[in-house]
Amino acid sequence: MNQPPLNAISHFRHIRRANTQHRVRIMAVLFACLLAGVLLTLMLGQSFTPLTTVLRILGGAEVPGAGFTVRELRLPRAVVSVLVGACFGLGGIAFQTMLRNPLASPDIIGISTGASTGAVFAIVVLSLSGPAVSMVAIAAGLGVALLIYTLSWRQGVTGGRLILIGIGLAAMLQSITAYLLMRAPSWTLQEALRWLTGSVNGVQLDQALPLLIALLLFGGLLLSRHRDLETLRMGDDLAAGLGVRLAVTRVIVVITAVALVAFATAVSGPVAFVAFLSGPIAARLMGRNGSLLMPAALVGALLVLLGDYAGQFLLPARYPVGIVTGVLGAPYLLYLILRDNKTRGSL
Amino acid sequence: MSACSLLAQGLVAGYGERTILYDVNLSVPAGQTTAIVGANACGKSTLLRVLSRLLTPSQGSVLLEGNAIHQLPTRHLAQQLGFLPQSPIAPEGISVLELVSRGRHPHQGLFKRWSSADEVAVADALAATHLSELAERHMDELSGGQRQRVWIAMALAQQTKVLLLDEPTTFLDINHQIDVLDLLTDLNRQRGTTIVMVLHELNLAARYADQLVAMANGKVYAAGPPGEILTEQMVREVFGLESRVIEDPVTGKPMMIPIGRHGGIHTANAPCSQHKKAPCFG
Repeated sequence: MNQPPLNAISHFRHIRRANTQHRVRIMAVLFACLLAGVLLTLMLGQSFTPLTTVLRILGGAEVPGAGFTVRELRLPRAVVSVLVGACFGLGGIAFQTMLRNPLASPDIIGISTGASTGAVFAIVVLSLSGPAVSMVAIAAGLGVALLIYTLSWRQGVTGGRLILIGIGLAAMLQSITAYLLMRAPSWTLQEALRWLTGSVNGVQLDQALPLLIALLLFGGLLLSRHRDLETLRMGDDLAAGLGVRLAVTRVIVVITAVALVAFATAVSGPVAFVAFLSGPIAARLMGRNGSLLMPAALVGALLVLLGDYAGQFLLPARYPVGIVTGVLGAPYLLYLILRDNKTRGSL
Repeated sequence: MSACSLLAQGLVAGYGERTILYDVNLSVPAGQTTAIVGANACGKSTLLRVLSRLLTPSQGSVLLEGNAIHQLPTRHLAQQLGFLPQSPIAPEGISVLELVSRGRHPHQGLFKRWSSADEVAVADALAATHLSELAERHMDELSGGQRQRVWIAMALAQQTKVLLLDEPTTFLDINHQIDVLDLLTDLNRQRGTTIVMVLHELNLAARYADQLVAMANGKVYAAGPPGEILTEQMVREVFGLESRVIEDPVTGKPMMIPIGRHGGIHTANAPCSQHKKAPCFG
């Protein structure tokens, strides 16, 4: 067949380069926003701490009063918010992409709820703490994923059935969590809210390390499959024809995404709708020519960081972050359900 | 007869308890176009799924140039054998260029960057399908016929020797059906790509295929050149339809005209006699 003209090749190369630059630019802006957001939440709170003081405190200097506020109260909150948000964002977009449906997010289909139930069970019934809680949360998350898959299996799994079964399971698990919380009457309302809607109240900096390791390990593994994941968007058959090993890819994506969500949930509880919202917001910002994993992680981090700040200081009363993100996410959920009734939306 | 490209031997396959293919034997000649036809639920799509390794047969094997495809590494197979399902999903908001570029997936490794060979393959595929001008458009903005050309361009960018297509003309207007089949014939003639496709429309299959494979009840009823395969008897036994088969005045290939319950007048008048060049087959 006739050779493509050279100018066509260079034209396509140009388009591709422009697209990459566009993507990099938006991710850089997101990253800058995140950095600015972290610094702002370190500076602003009940009291104002100037940026120079914040930087000196971060550098290790002792500043009476402000030192405690920044290092012990604000910093752990900011760091944990960013890590939790990134984990949720990655876990969410991985599921949404693999199942080709924005409703298939782990917080809608009960995986975060399952992890949360697992964490509460570990704390209340098994009296565990620390990494052991994360382990139980992950086991519960994986168990729920497996259960959804088994229940929706009928000569193959279709997205719609899987989502409905997931929503049903989420409701059941939520009531189990509530029941477990009621059995432990010494718990405060704040703690109960953490496990029901998600909160980063009272987190410690040492909780950030396992989160960071999980993010690097599972997030890295997920990122290494980004091309397979993108190919899956064109349907399983076509992806298989293009050389994607379906079973292997699915197992890796499910395990990494569940682990990310479960690690985050074990610290903050199931922060409502962050996993669900991050991917679609990232898609709106970036366009859909390329992987959304990194951008969704950045959006997730921003959502939790700013949602928590808003819940603490911008609203008339103090709300945990899950309430704020819940308010943001619910209208989008309604919109999707209404739109899905008209067209088959994919993401 | 040219060398054999794909060879299916004693295939038995199905879904779960339900067996759909019973002892299917088929050889696909290299560099030719093979069309699989048959009534609904005769197993033609299932056969294509086994040939493309989407479905593992419970018995028998498929050889691609002598190698059993169910034992080849996935990526390796995808470099040699392309498959276009009946209704592929165009991800929302994806551009034509990006979609066609996905065809390079089997040629890319975990750490391998987009190469100039990839770029040339994509540009070539877009030029061959007359889509270069539409490269930046989104899939949602294209017509059904254009979209089908994009999918074929994607399969072209994959640069496989064999291309399997499941009903590439469904849901298209007749002009776009011809357009797509002409395009596939171009690929076959100019690049020597071996093409195997399931087609619904019997006359188009007879017109465009070098080899026609008629399937019935999970078996190959007959396979060979359309002139030998498309007969009134075959149409009766495979489709359960009374018909006349005449010579297509445009291509000289056989053409089937269904009789149906309201075709009595014309059968009585023996339409064949009106065309001197067109003796009745069978």
